[in-house]
Amino acid sequence: MIDRRLLQHFDWVLLSLALVLGGIGMLTLYSAVNASADMANITGSVHLRQSYWFGIGIAVMVLMLVFNYKWLKRWALAVYAFSLILLVAVAFVGKEVSGCQRWLLIGPFSFQPSELIKISVIILLAGYFSDRVSQEGFTLKDLWRPLVWTLIPFALIARQPDLGTSLILLLIAGSMTIFVKIERRSLLCLSAVGIVVSALAWFFLEEYQKQRIFGYLNPEGDPLGAGYHILMSKIAVGSGMLFGKGFLSGSLKALSFVPEQRTDFIFSVLAEEWGFLGSALVISLYLFVVIWGLNIAVRSREPFGTILAVGLTSMIFWQALVNVAMVLALLPVVGVPLPLISYGGSSVLVTMGAIGILLNISMRRFLFKE
Amino acid sequence: MNDTDTYLNAVDGNWYRQRLSGTVICVFAVFLVLLARLYYLQIIKGSEYRRLSENNCIRLQSIPPPRGLIYDCHGELIVDNRPSFNVSVVLEDAKNPRRVVTTLAKLLNIGPETLLAKIEEAKGWPSFKPLILARDLGRDAIAVVEAHKLDLPGIMVTVEPMRHYVEGKRASHLIGYLSEISREELKSGSFRDSGIGDFIGKFGVERAFEPYLHGKRGKRQIEVNVLGQCTRILKTEEAIPGNNIYLTLDMGLQRTAEALLVGKAGTALAMDPSNGYILAMASSPAFDSNAFVEGMTFEAWNKLASNEFRPMENKAIQGQYPPGSTYKIVTTIAGLEEEVIDENTKYYCPGYHRYGNRIYRCWKRSGHGFVNIIDALAQSCDVFFYQVGEKVGVDRLARYAKGCGLGVPTGINVDNEAVGLVPTSAWKLRSKGEPWQGGETLSVAIGQGANLVTPIQMVSLVAAVANGGTRYKPLLVERIVAADDSPIHIGMPEPLGRLPASDKTLRLLRTGLVDAVNKRTGTGWIVRLAGSQVAGKTGTAQVVAMKHKEDQNGLESTPFRFRDHAWFVGFAPAEKPRIAVAVLVEHGGHGASGAGPIARQMIKTYLGALKIED
Repeated sequence: MIDRRLLQHFDWVLLSLALVLGGIGMLTLYSAVNASADMANITGSVHLRQSYWFGIGIAVMVLMLVFNYKWLKRWALAVYAFSLILLVAVAFVGKEVSGCQRWLLIGPFSFQPSELIKISVIILLAGYFSDRVSQEGFTLKDLWRPLVWTLIPFALIARQPDLGTSLILLLIAGSMTIFVKIERRSLLCLSAVGIVVSALAWFFLEEYQKQRIFGYLNPEGDPLGAGYHILMSKIAVGSGMLFGKGFLSGSLKALSFVPEQRTDFIFSVLAEEWGFLGSALVISLYLFVVIWGLNIAVRSREPFGTILAVGLTSMIFWQALVNVAMVLALLPVVGVPLPLISYGGSSVLVTMGAIGILLNISMRRFLFKE
Repeated sequence: MNDTDTYLNAVDGNWYRQRLSGTVICVFAVFLVLLARLYYLQIIKGSEYRRLSENNCIRLQSIPPPRGLIYDCHGELIVDNRPSFNVSVVLEDAKNPRRVVTTLAKLLNIGPETLLAKIEEAKGWPSFKPLILARDLGRDAIAVVEAHKLDLPGIMVTVEPMRHYVEGKRASHLIGYLSEISREELKSGSFRDSGIGDFIGKFGVERAFEPYLHGKRGKRQIEVNVLGQCTRILKTEEAIPGNNIYLTLDMGLQRTAEALLVGKAGTALAMDPSNGYILAMASSPAFDSNAFVEGMTFEAWNKLASNEFRPMENKAIQGQYPPGSTYKIVTTIAGLEEEVIDENTKYYCPGYHRYGNRIYRCWKRSGHGFVNIIDALAQSCDVFFYQVGEKVGVDRLARYAKGCGLGVPTGINVDNEAVGLVPTSAWKLRSKGEPWQGGETLSVAIGQGANLVTPIQMVSLVAAVANGGTRYKPLLVERIVAADDSPIHIGMPEPLGRLPASDKTLRLLRTGLVDAVNKRTGTGWIVRLAGSQVAGKTGTAQVVAMKHKEDQNGLESTPFRFRDHAWFVGFAPAEKPRIAVAVLVEHGGHGASGAGPIARQMIKTYLGALKIED
């Protein structure tokens, strides 16, 4: 199955980028958990868990390499249906954590199907678009199916409630659609509908979600709640200055001033301890991953590979962007993990899976005729 | 058509490259923004944020909202807030909390154990959040703490509003009290704005209207020095005070009612028949609402909870009693409406009634002679109502009782209202497993069977009789206004329906009730008032079935707990009723002598205040 030509074309750059980011993630997580003394008893288990997840993540990545990625197009609908079933199951038998029902328990691990559905939607849309792409662009008549495929999981995730992940799903689907080009009038029409729908959606947002948006627009208005998190995150990041306070020496995290340090706000720990140099390096690594992903898309010589690569890259791009912008108080706090760095198994698995597929597309770029 | 054909026909590699070229520029631009932001936060503002992070000097304070005030219908203040000086500790600033707290205890002359225990209890309390050590300290104690500020790092004095019930025990069951929120209540999620250590309404109006009274917490970001003392206020969001409530209660009447119940266990209720507004609701014995707010010792609570006269029960709403002869109002309606009797029907009362092989006695052993429905009501002739009950039957009677609002909640929205019991043959079969005995119907018809009613049900019933048949939901709140007096809620009268009685039936019924008070032979003669016609019905509810001998033996010789409950329900003035009352005195003996004078005095006070000539 794996012949020599494949190994010759193997994309070592992307693999190294992923592993380096993962390594930085483990170090930062160690520091974030290690800081609080009362957390000592669970320190071990947090690390153990995250390294297990990385192990499984690498296995998934390898699994994504061994077959020709074009098979994914044939399996697209099945994979999508499977993820959707899991997503529906979560609504009924899911584990509830602080008011949100997002997790499915599998033995000792819990898994978020909302992460899996992102990849499933990307594959399904890539398959659909690749058969129909044309210079004129897609009209509304062509777009209703991708729209439905996206909106069903979007609605299911939004009602968990997980606003961040559902918005990321929309951003990914939107990026892919714009990439394959929307016909002019349809684009105008869609934008109009989008504006009306988001106005209506405002009425259905949970109070705490509205609070977060208000907190972003006017942090002074809520110094104890949303504004406080944003301020503390800014202080943590800013206090890192040029060189940072050094590994394990962050002082704000020690008092648990910054919320969700292990997951959504892990970048603040990184920025506090490694300073501008460290955080700029990490941001540049993400930029590198994104540009490399787009390069893979261009170099793939058939539409499915190109569109699929664009979709997967946009997933990593949007998550990294939204997460970092949130920590830097440029965007509202919506709760999106930082790919490969935040604690959380589902995110690691799915991101490693995406890297695997990208590597797959990259090394089979010369073999598009089987 | 294979992939390659589609690909060649539609678009080529250059097309994709073109579509991506714009994207790449956007991606670079966006990442540049992130880098610029990092540069701004870490390099330009870096030293400022570094200082903030190292001094670790940003604290958050929560500003408690002043709770809404409670007034009576004339605007008299019943429940107020007063300032309470509390001493708190911020563990982070105290460095060595045990030593600081021991010093503090010495200064305040309190045993250090109590304060140290508070710190022990607060394991896991955020180290930078003030923990209240002692509440409501006197000015002298506060002066001592302020004077020794430098020896007490991390200790701070805060002023917080504290609930104050102006007259302590006044209307305590109705007003209720506050106390510290429990873990279950915190978990329930219904008290979003309250946290550990906060006080919430636990009883009465304080509980039922908690969402209105509570208000919204304010917040403040402050910068503190090394001693944890505020040096600069960064941002403030003011607290929003709770809404003020104007009750339907008339405090003058409430005071009268409570004074009349002193030394007795019982309840006195007054309602405006024209809209269902509760004018007075007294339950005796009462408790002191302030004791709950100021903190009650375990012994004090035990004493309250174990008192045999149940001071913690609102007898007006939660007490269930046999209705005694007041139930004859229901039997009258059922008899007339079912046309078992009419205004001309007369029965002969020889002082007893024979049913099967049993004798059912009238309370008057010598008998009432020939009586019609009006005389029967006025003189409370048991024999007349035995015969009406016998002909109507228990299940039809029960339908009328339900129609009169008995056996169902009145819907007053405070504290677990009791529903009472209206017996039916089906009920007996279900609960006792035995069929209904015909003789039991006779007892039910005069209110001495299994029936149970609450005083609030009875006052609502008699108010409906007074106003011509409209049953109103009892209302406690006249209006709720925001702190700036803008209206939030107006207590509009809520009609629940009509009594199951025609105008003619009600006219006869009212005539009987007027005669009961205003004829020398009437059982309520003692309640009469000069200048204003009172209508009413007495009731003497047996606590234990006894031989009909207590008349001769006299009240004094009967052990207290076996004495009958005394009832009086009525309204005045009979022609144009302004007030309906229900009085129940536990073990008060006869309705006329035990409850009548209380009702009379309440009516007199209220009408007097209305400037209707006594």
